[in-house]
Formats: sequence, C-alpha cells, structure tokens
Amino acid sequence: MKPIFTKTKGLTDRPFHYCPGCTHGIIHRLIGELLEEMNLIEKTIGVAPVGCSGFCENYFACDMIGAAHGRAVAVATGAKRARPDRFVFTYQGDGDGASIGLAETISAAARGERITSIFVNNAIYGMTGGQMAPTSLIGQKTSTSPYGRDAETMGFPLDLPKILTQVEGAVYVASVSVDSPQGIKEAKKALRRAFQVQLDGLGYSFVSILSTCPTNWGVNPVEALEWLQTKMKPHFALGELKVPTIEGGDAV
Amino acid sequence: MNNLVKINSERCKSCGLCIHVCPKDVLTIGEIANSKGYYTVEMKDQTMCIACAFCALICPDLALEVYREEKGK
Repeated sequence: MKPIFTKTKGLTDRPFHYCPGCTHGIIHRLIGELLEEMNLIEKTIGVAPVGCSGFCENYFACDMIGAAHGRAVAVATGAKRARPDRFVFTYQGDGDGASIGLAETISAAARGERITSIFVNNAIYGMTGGQMAPTSLIGQKTSTSPYGRDAETMGFPLDLPKILTQVEGAVYVASVSVDSPQGIKEAKKALRRAFQVQLDGLGYSFVSILSTCPTNWGVNPVEALEWLQTKMKPHFALGELKVPTIEGGDAV
Repeated sequence: MNNLVKINSERCKSCGLCIHVCPKDVLTIGEIANSKGYYTVEMKDQTMCIACAFCALICPDLALEVYREEKGK
C-alpha cells in the first residue's frame, strides 16, 4: 500500500504531553515536517519557551535550548549571532511572546534579527490554569475574569502580528489558524515562507497561529475548533500581513 | 476501495477531531482503552475511506498514518 501520510523524521518518537485535542501537536508536526522537507534538522537550533510548550524540546528532532520566561527571542538572537550558519526558531505561546516577552519580541523585530518566531495564540494562559491573557477576547470568561473580560477595567485584546507589521525589521508577518485541514495546509505554507525568509537572510519572520485550549476554555475539542472559528477568527487579522519586497515593490 | 488509516492507539487521546473532519464518516471511538485509559479511535468502515488524510492532518498526537491501495495490485 502506498503511504499517503506517515510520521515525520523532524519529531522524536516521544508521545506529546498535551491535553486531548490541543492543537500544539499539529503545529509541532508542521514544524517537524518542514525541518525534514527543507533538510534543516541537522542545522537547526530551536528555542523553547515557558508555558505548556516548555517541554517541546523533547519533541523536536533538532537541537533545542530552554529559555527563561518570555526571553526566547533574546536567546535565539544570541544563538543566531554566534552561529549565523544555523537555522534558529523560537516556539512561543501568547503568554510568553505577547505578555512577559512583549518587549523582547518587538525589540528583536526592530533589530531585524534573522530568526523565525512561531507564536501560538490560544487567547488564554494554559499551563498556569486558564488565567486571562493579553490576547483574551472581550467577554471571554477565564479564571481571572469570571464575569468575562471587561474592556473598561481589563483593556482590549492585543493583536501582536498586526503590531509587528509596523516594525521595519520584521519582513515577513503572517497570521494563520489550525482550525481545519485547509487551515493547517495554509499554516504550513506560511511557516515554509517564514523559514525561507530566514534562510535567505532577509530579516525577522513571525508566524502567529490561532490555536485552541479545550481544557481551559471548558469545552470539548470539537467545540473548541468551532469556538476558534466563530469567536476568535473574526477578532484577529489573518493571512500574510507583510511579505518581503524587492525594489519596485514586488513581493519576493 | 480498501484504504487504510493505521491507528497507533497508544498515542491516541480520544479527542475526536479526526472523526469531526472525516468527510466519509469512516472513524469512530472504539470500546478498547489504551494504557492511559483513553478509548481510542478505530476504523469502522474501511471500504468508504478515500485516503484524503484529513484525519491525519488534524490529529494533534501523530496517532494516524494513512495508506492508499494501489490500483491493479
């Protein structure tokens, strides 16, 4: 029988520790597949965040570094500047990249570091028990906003990829969603492009991936996908928000 | 058609996303639990499978592999 879909060599054989239905696993697989397809496994340094995906260093088949909370891009900057021949990516959640690490993320983009950041946005703090995140939606119930997020006292959700499009050093910014097989294919396409931007040495590339957290949203995995489609997707800018241009303004 | 979705039941967490996206309703939650206690997914109708691999694309735990039957064999 002809294999249509088999496990990638870009990931180790260790089973994921994530909750059932958590889309971290899908995003891990997309990165693993790209590392294999682009022949990068042996020359990649990945930087793991703090959060649910803090243990992702166990799953990728490349070299990994565990960074302090929010500082993954800062660690990746050091790794890339010391070894410019290596492919360096960070894997961060919204608590890591948009909350405690907001300054690092924007500063790295402003410096145009030749690294790739993969930013997983599930609108909640997963590992610590479902507290409100900077990306939580207005009206969203979390353990620290039990009556729903109120813009008056808790502010508005942050759309990080949209902010990064304003930063000159960030040359590729995309926002995708892994809510359906089609969305997953688009996410892989965006990741491939982001990886290529780094390999071409163009600058900072950033891919935001809308993701689910069935456990802390308090819904089952299938309902979580529907919540992502109906509630989250309308609130965040989606698609390739910024692509590298050559002289004359044509997309590369 | 006699395509195959190979299920690594020890990795399956019974989240049901594969069942949700399957266009031909080929998969179902079985009655056998794995060592973690999850009732794992199994194929209920192999003849209906079109090997589109949507299930494997959305599986968050790399539990599924998809094989297509080759013609004339």
